[in-house]
Amino acid sequence: MGKTIAEKIFDSHRVDSPSEDIHVLNLDAAFCHEITTPIAINNLVSKGKDRVFDPLKIKAVIDHVTPAKDSNTAMQGKILRDWARRHDIKDFFDIGRNGVCHAIFPEKGFVRPGFTIIMGDSHTCTHGAFGAFAAGIGTTDLEVGILKGVCVFHTPVTIKINIAGRMPEGVYAKDVILSIIGRIGVNGATNKIIEFAGPVVDKMDMEERMTLCNMAVEAGATCGICNPDMTTVKYLWEFIKDEYSTKKAALEAFEKYAADSDALYDDVIECDVNNLEPQVTFGYKPDNVKPVKEMEGTPIDQVYIGSCTNGRINDLRVAAKILKGRKISNLVRGIVSPATPKIYSQAMEEGIIKIFMDAGFCVTNPTCGACLGMSNGVLADGEVCASTTNRNFNGRMGKGGMVYLMSPATAAASAIAGHITNSELYKG
Amino acid sequence: MKNFSGKVLFLDRSDINTDEIIPARYLTEISKEALKPYLLEDLNLEELIPGQDVDGKSIIITRANFGCGSSREHAPWALEVNGINLVIAESFARIFRQNMFNCGMMAVELPPETIEHIFTVFGGRETFVETDFKESKFTIKTQGKKEDIFYSISDFDRALVKAGGWLEYADSKY
Ligand code: SF4
Repeated sequence: MGKTIAEKIFDSHRVDSPSEDIHVLNLDAAFCHEITTPIAINNLVSKGKDRVFDPLKIKAVIDHVTPAKDSNTAMQGKILRDWARRHDIKDFFDIGRNGVCHAIFPEKGFVRPGFTIIMGDSHTCTHGAFGAFAAGIGTTDLEVGILKGVCVFHTPVTIKINIAGRMPEGVYAKDVILSIIGRIGVNGATNKIIEFAGPVVDKMDMEERMTLCNMAVEAGATCGICNPDMTTVKYLWEFIKDEYSTKKAALEAFEKYAADSDALYDDVIECDVNNLEPQVTFGYKPDNVKPVKEMEGTPIDQVYIGSCTNGRINDLRVAAKILKGRKISNLVRGIVSPATPKIYSQAMEEGIIKIFMDAGFCVTNPTCGACLGMSNGVLADGEVCASTTNRNFNGRMGKGGMVYLMSPATAAASAIAGHITNSELYKG
Repeated sequence: MKNFSGKVLFLDRSDINTDEIIPARYLTEISKEALKPYLLEDLNLEELIPGQDVDGKSIIITRANFGCGSSREHAPWALEVNGINLVIAESFARIFRQNMFNCGMMAVELPPETIEHIFTVFGGRETFVETDFKESKFTIKTQGKKEDIFYSISDFDRALVKAGGWLEYADSKY
């Protein structure tokens, strides 16, 4: 019988199975940020276990609130920074070099097909785009991951979502994943893994695959995962060219982790994008999804383009294409946050930052910032934000605030219009 | 191994969520100890005075689906720093249950009839539970009454409790 991607990764990383359905896996990486790691560090210190399993496999970043906005967030950063120094964690990214965790770690080449990765962050599932098993975990699991380089998981039950058809113009990976979540619901994949497959995924670049996998958790999934292929190899080539003689050799190695054609799935869902329209959420759950045209004209106060879902260079390019030579509405505040310094400087070189500024956007440093309502664009009670992020929970961007999730194209068009609108309106 | 015997706090309601166990506004705390005064602060239960009634208690007995809501591990921590290492209920939210054993604490399920029986006989009285971990047995006592109740947990959960939690288990084993 064939195996799914996750089953192959579990089989190659299992160190123990202390009970039926319980698998202890070796970790290839433990990612850390300043919100969830400090309490794990403090607990380890208090138990006399202030050690790390392998400083080279631990990657840390200050990204959620940076620069620090108050004494509490400064202390969170300090605990992480001191710990990274103490344990000689070389891949630690502090202000000036930092960016949103799920954007900067792949960009640095830290994610490879077949890897097992944990992080105290629910959107760790993003890294599944590379054919890795990457899961968000709680504090005790993070402590054990840091200390011993292992983590415990249940048997990976996988749902396969086959995405077929031709993506219509103006429709993006974000629209695809929003429509999938709308269809299967916020509990549609709870405690399961979603394997994204089919011709549409095969054609997607790594950024688009990351957008898909990023939101798998909004359907309850432990991890979203894509088959590694030549696209994966090309993205990683600059980091792996010393390990493999040719791209073909790398592909052969990575394909060990691709799903078998006779793998057994819990469910297979067919999804056709031929008639897909741009999507947007309404309400406070990410499965409250509608076509943009049904929300046309909904007033907004702020537009936010950024985050681990849609703050990458192609997202900025798409938005800039629409914004070029135009001004955003006087009724709207526009904020764009390139997800990493590399993306920021590339956007600068391409003239994208200037387009945003000329249009009336505020350009912030790379940070999670407004996405979780802690800094850089918190909403006031009763305000509404059109956002390229991934969560629209009540109060997510500020108490009493409301978030509509959408693609960068829809967000840019809505900024110009001053209300939710389809990007088709601003073509060419 | 932690202590699983002592005085009981009865919480006679189903679906007590993690926000009621420890409100989200305290999640920015960077130590477990800091959570101590806030346990059950937002739980509205008749005759419950959170700060006061928690004092001196070591065990919670409650109804169904205890610990639902967010996955925050602050919920077991808030219990732990108050000396409560054992919750007995009809059922638990999955992640809360896992978090309890990860912390070397116990979340033990008993059938609804047994829970109902315990509430009828012991509810509202000063009650003690003595846990015999080896025999998987609770002895519930109040003035003039005493009953033995057997429970079951998985071998893995048992190993976690013995070790003092997943961290200690993993540290000694891997
Ligand atoms: S950008 Fe938003 S969703 Fe992504 S890691 Fe940061 S806070 Fe979380």
